[in-house]
Amino acid sequence: MKGLLNIVNRLKPAFSKGGKFGWLHSTFDAFETFLFVPGTVTAKGAHVRDCVDLKRVMSVMVLALMPALAFGIWNVGDQHSIAFGLNMTFWHKVWFGFLKVLPLIIVSYVVGLGIEFISAQIRGHEVNEGYLVTGMIIPLIMPVDVPLWILAIAVAFAVIIGKEIFGGTGMNIWNPALLARAFVFFAYPSKISGDTIWIEGLSAADKSQLVDGFSGATPLAQLANGAGANELMTTTSEPLSFMQMFIGNIPGAIGETSTIAILIGAVILIWTGVASWKIMLSCVAGAVAIGLIVPDNIPVWYHLVMGGFAFGAIFMATDPVTSAQTECGKWIYGFLIGAMTIVIRVFNPGYPEGMMLAILLMNTFAPLIDYFVINSNIKKRAKRVAA
Amino acid sequence: MDKKIFTTPIFTANPVTVLVLGICSALAVTAKMQPACIMALSVTIVTGCSSFLVSLIRNTIPNRIRIIIQLVVVALFVILVDQILKAYVYEISKQLSVYVGLIITNCILMGRIEAFALGNKPIPSFIDGIANGMGYGIILIAIAFVRELLGFGTLFGHQIIPLSWYASNGGFYENNGLFSMAPMALILVGIVVWIQRSIQKNLQEK
Repeated sequence: MKGLLNIVNRLKPAFSKGGKFGWLHSTFDAFETFLFVPGTVTAKGAHVRDCVDLKRVMSVMVLALMPALAFGIWNVGDQHSIAFGLNMTFWHKVWFGFLKVLPLIIVSYVVGLGIEFISAQIRGHEVNEGYLVTGMIIPLIMPVDVPLWILAIAVAFAVIIGKEIFGGTGMNIWNPALLARAFVFFAYPSKISGDTIWIEGLSAADKSQLVDGFSGATPLAQLANGAGANELMTTTSEPLSFMQMFIGNIPGAIGETSTIAILIGAVILIWTGVASWKIMLSCVAGAVAIGLIVPDNIPVWYHLVMGGFAFGAIFMATDPVTSAQTECGKWIYGFLIGAMTIVIRVFNPGYPEGMMLAILLMNTFAPLIDYFVINSNIKKRAKRVAA
Repeated sequence: MDKKIFTTPIFTANPVTVLVLGICSALAVTAKMQPACIMALSVTIVTGCSSFLVSLIRNTIPNRIRIIIQLVVVALFVILVDQILKAYVYEISKQLSVYVGLIITNCILMGRIEAFALGNKPIPSFIDGIANGMGYGIILIAIAFVRELLGFGTLFGHQIIPLSWYASNGGFYENNGLFSMAPMALILVGIVVWIQRSIQKNLQEK
C-alpha cells in the first residue's frame, strides 16, 4: 500500500493543472481517489466531510453484489451441464461460468467507463464513480448468451442517453443499468426473451445434444403460459419446489436467480446503511398486498423468489439517485413498484417479467411523489401555525 | 431579394429543431425513407402555396376572422395534395394514412402564415413557405435515413446491410427493433437538437 501511495504522489505533479499531462487530470484524479481517500480539505465555508464518500458507498454496493455474482457464475456452469447432460465437477462448473461471465463484465466496464472518462474530460469534471456499480449490475441482469456487441451498444445507450445528457452521476432520471436492459428488451427482443437464451449454448445447440425432456423455459415463462404452483417444472421436467427457486438453481439472468445470495447482499447494504430498507420492505409489501387481491395461479410468495423481483427490489429500486428521497415517499415508491410488478406479471402475458418496467415507471414518478409528500408536509405545518 | 428568407428556416431557425413545430408527424412518418420523402414534399408544397395565397389576399382579410380564412386556404391545398397522392401513389398514401390530412394541423403552416405571410409580399412569402417546408423535410429525411437503415437494414426498400451479416444467415447482425418504434424517433430528434445547439451557441439557455 505504501509503495502504491508513493507512486501516486510521484506522478501527481505531472498530472496536475499546468503539468505535462495536465489535460488528463480528471482521469488521474479518478484513479487516485479510487485507490485512496484524498487528503484534501475544504478551504472555506462549513462542510461536513465524511471518509465514507461516494466512492466508498459504491465499493460497498459492489461488495454486496458479489454473492449474487458468485452464485450466478456457478449457476451458468450448472445449468449448462444439466442441459447437455454433462458430468461436470464443482470447480469445472465455476470455471466454465467464469469464462462466460467475464467477457460480459469486461465489455460492460470498458465501454461504460470509456464513455464516462471521455465525457469527464470534455467537461473538465472529475470522473464520477457512479458507473462502478452500474457496470457490475448490467452483466448480472443480462442473459448469459447475450452477444457482446449488443451489450456494448446497450451500455453506450444507457450511459449516454440515460446519464450523461442529464449531467452525469446523480442527475439521471432512470436507473442506467435498467435502461441498458430495457434497450436490449425493445431493440433485440429475441436476445432477452424466450426459452433458449437463459442457458449458455442453448440457442446455438441442436436439439439432439440435449438431455431427454429438456425445456429451457424459466419459471416466469411457465407462469405466463398459465402454469400453477404444482405444475412448475425444472429444466429436466421435474417438479420445481419453492426452495429450489429460493436457492436459485434455475435458468434466468446471471445474477437474478438466487434469492438467498441476493439476501446476503441485502444484509450488507442494510447493515452499512447504504441502501434504504424502507424501499426493500415496501416493495415486498406492495407485491404481497396486490398478489393477495388479484386472481393468480400461484401463491404470492412464489413471486418474491421468481425472476428478477428480489434483485430489483434490493439493488435497483434502492438506487439513491433515482428513488424517492423523502422518507414517506420511499414507502409509497417501493409499494407501487411491488404492486406494479405483480400487476404486469399477472395481467400481461406479453411481458413475463414486470420488475424492469415497474422500476423504470416509478423512477419517472419518484420526483412527483416527493413533491406531494413535501407539499402535504408544508400544508400540515401551515395549518398548525394558523391554529 | 433577401437571401436570408430562404436560408434561415433551413438551418438557424429550423422549424423542427429550433421552433419545435411539427414534431408529431416527424415521429410518425419517419420509420422509412419513402413516406418521409413524400411527406416532406407534400408539406413543402402546402406551406409554399398557402403562404403565397394568404399573402395575395392579406389586405382584404378582416383581421377578426383571419384564422378561419387561413384554415380554409390550408385545407384547400392539403385536400389537393391528398387527392393527388391517392391518384398517383396510392400505396404510399395508405402508409401515410391520416398524416397527410393532418398537415392542416401542422403548426409550421399556421405559424408561418401568421408570422410572415400576413405581413409580407407574395413572392417572399412563397419562398419563406418553401424554405420552412424544406427545413422540416431535411430533418424528416435525416431521421428516416437513420431509422430505416438501423431498424430495417434497408433504404427506400433496398437492402443496404448485406444479408450475409444477419444471424439467420450465419452472421452476427440483427436489426435494431427500437429504431422502428416512435420513441427512438423522439430520441433522434433530441440528438439532432443537441448537435445543432452545440454548433449554434446562441441557442443554448443560460
